[in-house]
Amino acid sequence: MQNYTIQELEKKANEIRQDIIKLLLEAGSGHSAGPLGMADIFTALYFRVLKHNPEKPKWKDRDRLILSNGHIVPVRYVAMAHAGYFPKSELKTFRKINSKLEGHPSYKKLPAVETSSGPLGEGLSQACGFALSAKMDGAKHRVWCLTSDGEHQEGMTWEAAMLASKYRLTNLTQIIDRNNIQIDGVTEDIMPLEPLAEKYRAFGWHVIEMNPHDMEEVVSTLEGVEGIQEKPVCIIANTIPGKGVSFMENDYKWHGVTPNAEQAKAALRELRGAA
Amino acid sequence: MQSRLRQLCESYEELPKLSLGAPKLSLGRTAKVSMNYYFSKNYLDEKNIQQEPMRNGAGLGMAELGAQHKDVVVLAADTAESSRAHYFAEKFPERFIQVGVAEQNLTGVASGLAYDGKVPYAVTYAAFLIGRAWEPIRTTVAYPENHVVFVSSHAGLATGPDGPTHQMTEDIAITRCLPGFTVIAPCDAEQARKAVLASYPMKGPVYIRNCREKTPVFTTKKTPFEVGKAQVLRSGTDVTAIGHGYMVYWLLQVAEELKDKISLEVINLHTVKPLDAQTLVTSAKKTGKVFCAEDHNIIGGMGSAVAELLAEKFPVPVFRHGVRDVFAESGSAKELWGKYGLDKEGTKKILLEFLRNVK
Repeated sequence: MQNYTIQELEKKANEIRQDIIKLLLEAGSGHSAGPLGMADIFTALYFRVLKHNPEKPKWKDRDRLILSNGHIVPVRYVAMAHAGYFPKSELKTFRKINSKLEGHPSYKKLPAVETSSGPLGEGLSQACGFALSAKMDGAKHRVWCLTSDGEHQEGMTWEAAMLASKYRLTNLTQIIDRNNIQIDGVTEDIMPLEPLAEKYRAFGWHVIEMNPHDMEEVVSTLEGVEGIQEKPVCIIANTIPGKGVSFMENDYKWHGVTPNAEQAKAALRELRGAA
Repeated sequence: MQSRLRQLCESYEELPKLSLGAPKLSLGRTAKVSMNYYFSKNYLDEKNIQQEPMRNGAGLGMAELGAQHKDVVVLAADTAESSRAHYFAEKFPERFIQVGVAEQNLTGVASGLAYDGKVPYAVTYAAFLIGRAWEPIRTTVAYPENHVVFVSSHAGLATGPDGPTHQMTEDIAITRCLPGFTVIAPCDAEQARKAVLASYPMKGPVYIRNCREKTPVFTTKKTPFEVGKAQVLRSGTDVTAIGHGYMVYWLLQVAEELKDKISLEVINLHTVKPLDAQTLVTSAKKTGKVFCAEDHNIIGGMGSAVAELLAEKFPVPVFRHGVRDVFAESGSAKELWGKYGLDKEGTKKILLEFLRNVK
């Protein structure tokens, strides 16, 4: 992959946000806040940090990127299209009949997504399986697992958190999209998660808190995990849901709805202005 | 409209095209017992036949596979010894994963291993393996067609004194309804071993159902086994008696006891999905009556699967003998079999009632 500079990454993240808005408008259903909040991290991963090859999506030494909270897949599809996994024109087919871009990612239709996901709390377990497999083979690639904060209300996530620590899965990095919202409201009202960092430390993880909207910090944090050899790494990304579109930011009502034509126009105007 | 209906029917279960010749392994009407099956010596002598739990055979199978294939991984959830995963763990500790009391994680980790090219065997009690983790099985294994083999112990009332929480009688129902699942319920410990060995080169999710209790080992190393191929163990003309698990043994005994009055055709339907439609329909056409026997809820089990098939392909009276939609209770396996009619005597009585009613 081409080694993008911080400025190039910032520009790419803005383009990806614009394409997310277009895709959501076209689809008419889906999730807005999460994909926009994670756009910077996906950009850093696909255009700088991940070892991957869009022409050989099953290259055996690639880093594995496991998306646990499958509902934010619009940001992944857009990033993948920009990276060259499939033509950008296919983004229009998201959530439509006969498309390989399912509402929640389908491994059978698009193997490059590594796993099918959607039901929450299952990704970290699967990432542990990938990491164990790599350790058994003595393979050097890294396993990245993206999770949401809300899915830490699922017991299965903590079952996996214990296992990663027990088996010293130092080849596993989890990035939590800590955007504080879920469908019914604010996480700390629905079912409090704090102190999340302390919980992970108690579970035997190396915890890093990160500002995910500062590209320099994102890149240095993600590139820095290679040097952490003792424990699995948990990066808590304090994301702003809806980031980049002021009327969506930090409003849980944008979790699971899409913009109408007028709202999309306003969102694109704002994003273009920021570019 | 009609072609739409046909399309729907064709996509449902993908039944093999029926050619209604004699089943390959049957010796025809004159032979009572097919010697192709190499049964153990004096196999109908219940007092002297070797008795062993199926879980032992499954455990041995996994240990054998471990020696043959470096990509086999076994995962346990705090029941390694009682579900016999420890046979493998002792030989191949570097490929054994102990997840603790966490069946959802057991499934998720197995899924990740399978995605990455390993052949994982997830092993624990049926109630937890299949029941506790059903949605993760659906999403992380069945939907992406991952080749994970779920090997249970403690299926059915044969679980005994642990009581209904541990007596899993719905596992066949909730695995066979998942697209792409292969569901195998071996008839004895030796067949459980063979089923585990046969599962390795398969594709997609597989469930192998095993019991805790010792049951007669009437097949031998020489007995053939092919996933998806029902075994006509005994030819008959009056009624088709289909079983899986240890109940196949009772059916063979009942057939012998009744041989002067009724000619029973005994089929070991070890693979509940995909169904061997050809063998089942051929037998139903011959006898016109079908009796299914299993240690599983009659709703959704093997009897349901057979009834669904015959309702579409060749409707004949079908009786589903099994656990009659109840939760049972603690007791020894033998006591439970007696009380719930799943022993040889109960099975015989219910079979005779069925025959009286359909005549």
